[in-house]
Amino acid sequence: MAHNTLQKPVLTIRDLRLAFGDRRHPTPVLHGISMHIRPGEKVALVGESGSGKSVTARLAMGLLQDQKRVHVSGSIFFDGIDAARGGAEIARRRGNRVAMIFQDPTSALNPTFKIRGQFRDVLRSGDRSISNDEADRRAEAALAEVSIPDPKRALDSYAFQLSGGMNQRVMIAMALANRPQLLIADEPGTALDVTVQAQTLNLMHELTEKTGTSVLLISHNLGVVREFADRVYVIYRGRIVEHGTTAQLFNDPRHPYTRALLAAIPKISGGGLPDLPERSPEFENPLIVHEGCGEPTEAFA
Amino acid sequence: MTGNAPILELDRLGKVFSADGHSVAALDDVSLAFRRGECHAIVGESGSGKTTLANLVLGLIGATSGEIRFDGATLGRSRTREQKRAIQLVQQNPLSALNPRRSVGASIRLPLDVHDLGRRSERDARVASLLKEVGLEPEHARRSPRGLSGGQRQRIAIARALACEPELLVLDEPTSALDVLVQARVLQLLQRLRQERGLTYLFITHDLAVVRAIADRVSVFQKGRLVETGPVEAIFSDPKSAYTRELIGAIPVVTEAEAALRAAIRAGAPVPAGAE
Repeated sequence: MAHNTLQKPVLTIRDLRLAFGDRRHPTPVLHGISMHIRPGEKVALVGESGSGKSVTARLAMGLLQDQKRVHVSGSIFFDGIDAARGGAEIARRRGNRVAMIFQDPTSALNPTFKIRGQFRDVLRSGDRSISNDEADRRAEAALAEVSIPDPKRALDSYAFQLSGGMNQRVMIAMALANRPQLLIADEPGTALDVTVQAQTLNLMHELTEKTGTSVLLISHNLGVVREFADRVYVIYRGRIVEHGTTAQLFNDPRHPYTRALLAAIPKISGGGLPDLPERSPEFENPLIVHEGCGEPTEAFA
Repeated sequence: MTGNAPILELDRLGKVFSADGHSVAALDDVSLAFRRGECHAIVGESGSGKTTLANLVLGLIGATSGEIRFDGATLGRSRTREQKRAIQLVQQNPLSALNPRRSVGASIRLPLDVHDLGRRSERDARVASLLKEVGLEPEHARRSPRGLSGGQRQRIAIARALACEPELLVLDEPTSALDVLVQARVLQLLQRLRQERGLTYLFITHDLAVVRAIADRVSVFQKGRLVETGPVEAIFSDPKSAYTRELIGAIPVVTEAEAALRAAIRAGAPVPAGAE
């Protein structure tokens, strides 16, 4: 977006590589991806299953690095640290400086604790000295903000007692409760009905605009991306293949893979189904960057 | 399309589930005809009754009220072998639909043995030709479903359903678990098989864009009730019910043409609440 290209990015990923397995025969998953998100920007990373989009989100949250047989190189600059190294620095920022929303809200919440206790934990990760009363007051206000009709009752419920749509709202309220700089949304609402999914996206849009939170949207659904994001990276088999603003990408897709994806989606305006290959060597063509969308060259460590 | 006679008729069909003194009408007084050779889509959100409808048609559960007729004959819960053979199912998740301990070939051969179709000595050749028909190789028969991709597994589930030489296929979200490029190929396969074999599809989906691409006719369900039914073109040019408009209005779209259609449908004449 033109209005904030001068601001320092919230998240800058540089040449990020990831491989699984033992050192001698690692299986590469990410082949050096670079991307950035500026303050208040909504950026989508879109790709099919196995493309590497969810592992990118997990690396940014510091959730993969400390596991065995995971090999990471490159950098993820966020909030003054390099999150690619994992460890305590990024762990301390989870839940308050960076938060995440998952695909299935009901399984993302703990089934053995009421919402109240889970919400207190979230608020405490942002403010260790917060009292229970103060936490409950803020939790109620946060739930009211996501249009939960009876916040007190929701706090006294278990996740399985609420509908999927309600749980998704609880997740959004929790994720934004500490006003994070960055929200990572991994397929938000994909497990929900289409009308509920639309409400979820509207709600996320509205609240992040209000708080100025940047969003990294991970999705396989190009329709969702078009509705929600300002800028889009398309990922195919561990490589970014196209990068542009949402308008550039959807009005003028240039990479063979992006074109194939857009053609393969059934349209409500009709047109039947095109005859396309599931794979093609052309899909591996080099990265195409649209005008004005390059990666920043400054250092942000 | 042979004559457009209905192959499957639902006549005031109802299903009530009850437990602990509560009862829910999962399907409420539904009358509907599926014409031979057509792809008839059943659309609705969770709790709309679309899976209950499929289970009733397959005979997995019994109806509380009303009647199902197939080829003019009443279908109850106990069915003849012939009636079972004529209606087959393809499920959403092929990995859980296929036995992981059985080879692909054994899974496809099983219905041939159960229904005693063709000569024993010719059944392996039949499995090979079914694999070819769904775009796979005869060598896939020796593989385990675990070692195959989602698209290949769904093709195998389709081959197994076809082994019985069915007349009606119940397709329950057959492409929702697949990536978009794979989905396009599988939908094309289904379209070709329907034309070549004169099959009738009862196609359950939540995705109205898929409906537009593959179906001839669509029925929209909400909370167990049939809200709207008609040819696909009519539903997308002039949806009659507020609920159908809401469903179409909520679809995330990728082109300007789609966005324009959606905007027009959203702006359609308002239907007062509760007027359905």
